Amino acid sequence: MASDMSALLTELLIPFQYGYMLKAMWVSALVGGVCAFLSAYLMLKGWSLMGDALAHSIVPGVAAAYIIGAPFAVGAFFAGILASVAMNFVKQKSRLREDAVIGLVFTALFALGLLMASIWPTSVSIQSIVLGNILAIADEDVVQVAIIAGVSLAVLLLVWKDMMVTFFDESHARSIGINTTFLKGLFFTLLSACTVAALQTVGACLVIAMVVTPGATAYLLTDRFGRLIVISVALGVTTSFTGAYISYFLDGATGGVIVCLQTLLFLAAFYFAPKHGLLAARRRRLEAIEAAA
Amino acid sequence: MNALVPEIGAAADAKLGASISVRNLNVTYPNGFTAVRDASFDLDPGTICALVGVNGSGKSTIFKAIMGFVRPTAGEVRLCGLTVGEALKRNIVAYVPQSEDVDWNFPVLVETVVMMGRYGHMNFLRMASRADQYKVDEALERVGMSDYRKRQIGELSGGQKKRVFLARALAQEGRIILLDEPFTGVDVKTEAAIVGLLRELRASGHLMLVSTHNLGSVPDFCDHVVLLNRTVLAAGPTAEVFTQKNLELAFGGVLRNFQLGGAALHDDADARSVTVLTDDERPLVLYGDKHSRRQEPDGK
Ligand SMILES: Nc1ncnc2c1ncn2[C@@H]1O[C@H](COP(=O)(O)OP(=O)(O)OP(=O)(O)O)[C@@H](O)[C@H]1O
Ligand SMILES: [Mg+2]
Repeated sequence: MASDMSALLTELLIPFQYGYMLKAMWVSALVGGVCAFLSAYLMLKGWSLMGDALAHSIVPGVAAAYIIGAPFAVGAFFAGILASVAMNFVKQKSRLREDAVIGLVFTALFALGLLMASIWPTSVSIQSIVLGNILAIADEDVVQVAIIAGVSLAVLLLVWKDMMVTFFDESHARSIGINTTFLKGLFFTLLSACTVAALQTVGACLVIAMVVTPGATAYLLTDRFGRLIVISVALGVTTSFTGAYISYFLDGATGGVIVCLQTLLFLAAFYFAPKHGLLAARRRRLEAIEAAA
Repeated sequence: MNALVPEIGAAADAKLGASISVRNLNVTYPNGFTAVRDASFDLDPGTICALVGVNGSGKSTIFKAIMGFVRPTAGEVRLCGLTVGEALKRNIVAYVPQSEDVDWNFPVLVETVVMMGRYGHMNFLRMASRADQYKVDEALERVGMSDYRKRQIGELSGGQKKRVFLARALAQEGRIILLDEPFTGVDVKTEAAIVGLLRELRASGHLMLVSTHNLGSVPDFCDHVVLLNRTVLAAGPTAEVFTQKNLELAFGGVLRNFQLGGAALHDDADARSVTVLTDDERPLVLYGDKHSRRQEPDGK
């Protein structure tokens, strides 16, 4: 019995013995944390799909970077900026609604990326961009991801309150001398950068979950923006770390595991949240009915 | 020691006095529509000025120009002698928005919203000091919203929301306060409370610009009026500007106008006719050509 237990324990600790697993776990946790930070803002503005759009639009940039041998982050970053500018331009110059513009621009760039990858096949399969492959991440990519995530986190910690005011009441933000145009630009730059980082861990298809789900879960748990950020980041870090860990036993598909964990926690909050959950609402309703009777 | 710093800042601003000077202002929106043409008016410290006009006459546009949200195509706005940009940096202007402009589902508490008024006085990281905390408490107290400080901002009634944003303007300590339709959907009691507060602020030298459709309450508490219809039709002291003739000019056929016969209405020597003018909310009642002013508590 005791030997059974210790055998199980050894089994469970195996991922920590491999350098590549350790790397995958902490890189995922870092990226998950920053994406969760951004998610606190993104879902409030009804811009959730923007993350998805950016992630897909980045694919041609990454493909181009691999073809000419530049760092992938540079290619991705320029593609992200290009996508943001294109979306804004089309929106201003046409009467199309935002969702149509986003859909147009991101599918166009995504298709371009797939086309490029099939014309110039590279050593890196397009599949690792679309699905992510954190377990096989190269050391120079780890450096890039760590720098992106670290810098973004530092910037966010400095300006989170100014961004909160800007997102809540832009006219007031301006009236106290906050440069809201700059802050919104900064937000989208960080979003582009972090989507690039998240491509490596969960892939283009699931980035959207990383920049929406933790914030949405935290939103059900608190009415204070400061706490919302803390809860969201904690959720992002733990689910990403655990997700990478579990994926060792399931043989890959890290992104899928991380997002499944995040969704489970969301469902739990949706049902059990003390103030905004289904259960609490039902209990309060019953209490009110009893009190009336 | 620390607590003194904001006071010194406010005192420095007080020396500037609160003034608005709008000179030949023209605003054209990107679609080519000129919402305001050649508008000019001047306002001095210790004034409550009403901005009155039909829907689409350019009231909100003037506010946007004063806040620097739209760039004038010609002319300029000066606040305390400064350009708009400089004035905003010095926290001179506080703005109470129209309710539609705010995201009520945003996860912030009432006290956090009021604290946002202090951000302009804080350092780059926006760390609240004891003095900031105190000013927030005081502002909430003044608008009678202390009991609601831990509520999420959407969990309030319309009038309570207005009071919270007024508290934010108080905490901001701007010398100039812009209020875009503060009385829509507000009951008489809350309106009286808001008006009382505005009078206190006027007494301490603040300058307030209030857009409103409540024609009836304008003579009660506004000492100045700017009548708009895509340009300034008339501007000046209420008694001179807020006349039936000017109002008919500003509102054209839109205004409902009942005139009740002079002598028939009275059995005493007062033979003035009674005119009732109404835009949409509280009507304006004119005896002969004079306003029926309710007594103000401070006798102003
Ligand atoms: N962003 C915009 N683009 C183009 N035209 C605009 C824009 N905003 C306002 N307008 C136009 O400018 C005119 C003045 O609008 P404004 O919002 O200043 O009116 P208002 O006096 O505040 O009206 P209300 O009493 O309804 O609040 C209107 O005719 C409006 O259609
Ligand atoms: Mg308006």
